[in-house]
Parts: sequence; structure tokens; C-alpha cells
Amino acid sequence: MAEKKKKAEPEKPASSTARAPWPAAGQPRLRVLIAKPGLDGHDRGAKVICRALRDAGMEVIYTGLRRTPEEIVNAAIQEDVDLIGLSILSGAHNVLFPRIMKLLAKSGAADIPVIAGGIIPEKDIPRLKKIGLAEIFLPGTSTQEIIQWIREHVPLRKKKR
Amino acid sequence: MSLRTKERQAKTAGDEAGLRRGWRRWERAYREEIKQTGTQPVEATSTSGRPIKPLYTPLDLKNFDFFRDLGFPGEYPFTRGIHPTMYRGRLWTMRQFSGFGTAEDTNRRFKYLLAQGQTGLSVAFHLPTLMGIDSDHPMAKGEIGKCGVAVDSLADMEILFDGIPLDKITTSMTINPPAAVLWAMYIAVAEKQGVSPRVISGTIQNDILKEYIAQKTFVFPPRPSMKLVVDTFEFGAKEVPRWNTISISGYHIREAGATAVQELAFTLRDGIEYVEWALERGLHIDDFAPRLSFFFNAHNDFFEEIAKFRAARKIWAEVMRERFGAKKERSWWLRFHTQTSGVSLMAQQPYNNVVRVAIQALAAVLGGTQSLHTNSLDETYALPSEHAVTIALRTQQIIAYESGVTNTIDPLGGSYYVEKLTQELEQEAKSYIKKIDELGGMVRAIELGFPQKEIADSAYRYQQAVERKEKIIVGVNAFEMEHEPIPILVVDPAVARHQLRRLREVKRTRNKLRVKSTLADLKRAARDEVNLMPFILDCVRAYATVGEIMDALKEVYGVYEEPCTY
Repeated sequence: MAEKKKKAEPEKPASSTARAPWPAAGQPRLRVLIAKPGLDGHDRGAKVICRALRDAGMEVIYTGLRRTPEEIVNAAIQEDVDLIGLSILSGAHNVLFPRIMKLLAKSGAADIPVIAGGIIPEKDIPRLKKIGLAEIFLPGTSTQEIIQWIREHVPLRKKKR
Repeated sequence: MSLRTKERQAKTAGDEAGLRRGWRRWERAYREEIKQTGTQPVEATSTSGRPIKPLYTPLDLKNFDFFRDLGFPGEYPFTRGIHPTMYRGRLWTMRQFSGFGTAEDTNRRFKYLLAQGQTGLSVAFHLPTLMGIDSDHPMAKGEIGKCGVAVDSLADMEILFDGIPLDKITTSMTINPPAAVLWAMYIAVAEKQGVSPRVISGTIQNDILKEYIAQKTFVFPPRPSMKLVVDTFEFGAKEVPRWNTISISGYHIREAGATAVQELAFTLRDGIEYVEWALERGLHIDDFAPRLSFFFNAHNDFFEEIAKFRAARKIWAEVMRERFGAKKERSWWLRFHTQTSGVSLMAQQPYNNVVRVAIQALAAVLGGTQSLHTNSLDETYALPSEHAVTIALRTQQIIAYESGVTNTIDPLGGSYYVEKLTQELEQEAKSYIKKIDELGGMVRAIELGFPQKEIADSAYRYQQAVERKEKIIVGVNAFEMEHEPIPILVVDPAVARHQLRRLREVKRTRNKLRVKSTLADLKRAARDEVNLMPFILDCVRAYATVGEIMDALKEVYGVYEEPCTY
């Protein structure tokens, strides 16, 4: 757990202009952490997303239920992921997401893009984007839309594995 | 008898040749017309992926026997309903699941709903209470009063039911690992109102097996959890005879992605597991079986859902009479609450949800439910607003008083299609039940991850079908358009402050020595494996908190960690 990760040069945040090409065959695969903050046990959506991203060729790590912001950020850094997906249906997103974003910044991992889905009122979205979430996916979003979004927005970070 | 049987057989055989001719004639016309219109013959399936034929006839019911499969309402196997009168005698209980903010907020909502003609209460607790932790626990941050009402101690419970006479109203409480604790609090509030535990009536969900399978609010490992559940059966049978000590729930199993058959099979197999554990304790079947109740989902596929409810009653009656040898008729009854499907509601064009709920609620009523919750149109965004919950309640009242469906019992009984579906669901559920028997029972099956994996597979299959547009969801993968945001309920951030203040106040003013000694007694009792209910009642009366009581038990029982698989 206490393994130290060298964060060489902090990379630029994900943007549509500066990004590595989608990994071709034989290239390292995109690593994604699907995390469940909050106390709710609704894991249907998270599990469907995990399977869909896996089937789209990504490497998916699932945290399991009820992870604290600290646990999620630690897992993201230790697993050296390219993307964090948060799934929450408890209504605690306005408290837990800012905490996760702060901890990521504090750990020098602000370059890992964070997306989220679940029960999140539309009016909360601007505030969540302001604190750095890259995208919020509402109920009814297809897994293909999410995969498409990832392909367009998430660069494969340069790293040695 | 033999003559009548012969006549019946002759008549059926005679009919069969004619029916087959008719079927072939119709099928030719059907194919011809489909060809002419140029449409592709659609492979129709139900929401659960069951193939559905375009037409059903008596040919589908060749081994159907009126008395064996259907019978009369109030008679074994109860396919048509558990009461001879059904809704002619009494309508279902209209019971909206509600809770948010502080006990004061929810007490006001309860009184509003009762004033609007609701006939029973149903408490939604916030997540910290559901998980058995207090509002001042670090994990409760951001969660206080969000998903339900915050209850930490008896002090909150007293406010929650203030001015509501517990001898006149029945209350359902959705609570699982800490079910015994919240039930004890309810009993203690009744005592303070001068109402005997022998008089109060209601339900605790208390169904821990479906937590490991689907809803995932678990605390202790399965085996000590089952012990605690059986404690409540035993205590209830002796001391709180009108209380339903469990609501064996398919609702969450279905919401997690199960098919109709999986919902039916896993729920009933959970029921069998509870009965086996109670018998193991030495309880007598007819002492506790009449207090077992059930809770199902009403999903989108209208006829499949109706068939599911009918099949559930039939299978359970048979299980209780044949497998367990129950003698009392009440032990054979499958009494159930229904909630319309939360996952079927859509964030897109949310007013359409009113229509979805109405159709699902109608299926529950045609399936003979004893009690019903209709979801509110805004639940993909937040807890229901007062406006939205009123429409949901009115939906039930329109079905009850305007539609005419309550005038006759089991109006779809005898429909070739519904009877065939009922038979299919019954047979498929029974083979799942057999499979779980072979695995060594439900606790073992859960430890092996069997139901969890079956459900995750179904959920993924369904999602893929939606994305291929094999399943159409109006407003989501067809008929899309922009919609205006709708007003939603926002839980005041002050709720957390109020709740934390009250918790501090309770901890400051209670008799600390009494709290300490009742908690120590509880721990000792847990180690001695005696019935914990009297000890939990003592803790609760001393104003020990939910978190303190659950922590004491965690020391003895440990906690459950789920493997992180998908």
C-alpha cells in the first residue's frame, strides 16, 4: 500500500488537442479505474461499465463498494491509471467529488481525467465541471457513447509498465 | 369421476384436431399478411428476453388443470389470490416509501401523505442508518438525510412518529443489517405511546440474503446475519405477533439486473433458506411462517409481471405445504408488497415516467398485490418532491377507483397467454431453485457468487440489447428530444448540522453507565448465542445509538468484505 510512485514530469491535462493516438494492437492498453464512492450499494451501472470498457479493449480495475476519497485516489495512483470513472447514486457527490479532486491535485495526479455517472441532478453539473471533472454521464447514456468519449478525450499516458 | 374424466379427454381430443386446423389456417394468413406488408417478422421477446409467440390458444395449455393450476381465490394453490374476496373485500395498502432530512422533515411528509389518503407508512432511512453507522461517523459525510431520514437513536425515532398513533397505523421499515435495532426502537416508541407490542403491526425488511445478492447493504458475514434474522422470527412469534418479521425481497434483485425468472427464483429460494434456518433453531413452521412476507418489483413487461406474481403464490404455497409440511393455511400464503421499477424510470423526458409507473402499478394490481408503492417521476434525479409523490399516489387511487379493474378477482385468469406465461415462469423458477438446492442452499450459493454472477450477466445482456435497439426505450434510444429541467427536492445542508447537534445532545444527556452496561450485556449475549432481541431493546431504551449497537456486534461477528468482481 505504501508503495511510492514516481511521478516524473506532470503531464498536461487531457484535452482534445494534445493527445496520443488510440493504442494500436500490441500497444499498451488504456487503464481505467471504476470507483464507487459513497455509501450506496448500487453497483449495476458500475459493473456494466466495467464490462463494456473491458470489451472495448481497456484494462479495467474496479474498486468495489463504499470507497473513501483517499482509497480511490491511492488506487488510481498505485494502479497508474489513465482515467478514473466515479459511480455514485447516494446524493453525496457534491461533498465527495471535491474531496477526490483535491486529493488528486495534492498527490500530483491532477492530470488523470475524472468522469462520473449516477444520480446527479443536472444543475450540479456546472459546479462539478468547474472543480475539474471532465464529463458527467447521466442515466440513459449508452456504454458506446462513453467509450466514444474516452477514445476522443483520453490520451494514453506515457509511462513504463 | 372416471366417466367425467373420459368425457373431458374426448372433448379435448376432439377440440385439438380442430384447433390445430384453425391454428394452421391462421398461421398461413399471418405469414401472408406479414409478407404483403413487407415488414420483417419480428422476433418478439419480453423485457426479460423471453420469446413471445404472436398468439396463444388452448393448444398452449394442454396440460392445464383448473383445480390444480388455478382454483378459486383464497384456495390452494392461491394462483388467483390469497383471499376469497381480494379487492372486493379490501383494496391494497397504498404505502409510499418515504424519508428524507431529519426526523421532523419526514414526520411532516408522513402526515401529509396520510392526509392525502395514504393508508400505511413506509420509512426510508438514510444510508448511514442503513449501514449501521451514526451521523458522526467519517463515512457519513455528505450522506446525512440524503437518501432517507437520519435516525441515530431512539430520540430521532420518537420525533419521526410523533403524533402518529402506532396502534392505528401499520409501518414498513426498509432496514436490513440493523433491522433488529430499528425494530426495537419502534417497539420502544410504541411503549412510550402506551401501545403494547402485541398490538403494533408492520414489517421490517430484514432480508439479509438479498443484500449479498443485490442491494449490497451488508455489515456482518452471512452466517451470523442469518442467526440475527432468526432471532427476530423467534422474538416476533412470541412477543410481537402481528409484525411481519421479514419482507423477502425480489425488488432489489430485479433492479440489479435480474430477469423476471431470476427475481422469482432467487427470492423464493431466499425464503426457503430462512425457513430452513428457523426450523434448524427448533421453531415450529406454523408459528413463524404466517409472518413471512414478500416484496416484488413491477417492471415494464405487463403480462410477464402479472404471470410472475401469480406463479410466485403458486410455488410458495406448494413449497410450504409439500416441502415443509406446514399445516396452517396462512403459512401457505404468499403475501406481498410491490414497488414499481426504479431502473425503468428515465432521466430523459421525465414526465413520461408517470405513464411507465401507471402501467407497472396496474400489473401489480392485476397480479394481486397486498400493498403498493408507486415511484415518482423525478426519482432519476433526486428523492421525490411533494408534487411528484402526490401524482404517484393519485396514480394508485385512479387505478383503484376509476379503472374498474378491482371489480373482479384475477381478471386475467384463464387467458391462454397469461396462464402459459405463469406455467413457464413457474417451471423455470423451479429449476433455478433446484440448482441452488444442489449447490447446498442460498448461503452457500452466495459464497460461491452464483446469483451475483447470474444477475450481472443478465444486466449486461439487457444493456447490450438496448444499445443494439432490440429494446426500445422511449426518449432514450428512440423519440429523443430536449426537455426542460424539472423542479427537484433539495435536502437542506442544515440537516446535517441539526442531526449532528441532536446526536451530541443525546450522548451528553443519557445515562452513560446504563449505555455501557447494556452494550456489554449485548456483547456477552452475542457470544453466548442467545436471542439478542431483549438485549437490543435494553440498549435502545438506554438511548444507545445504532452505530454503538452495531459496533458491539461487529466485535463479535466481524464484517463482510465482498470480492471486487464484475
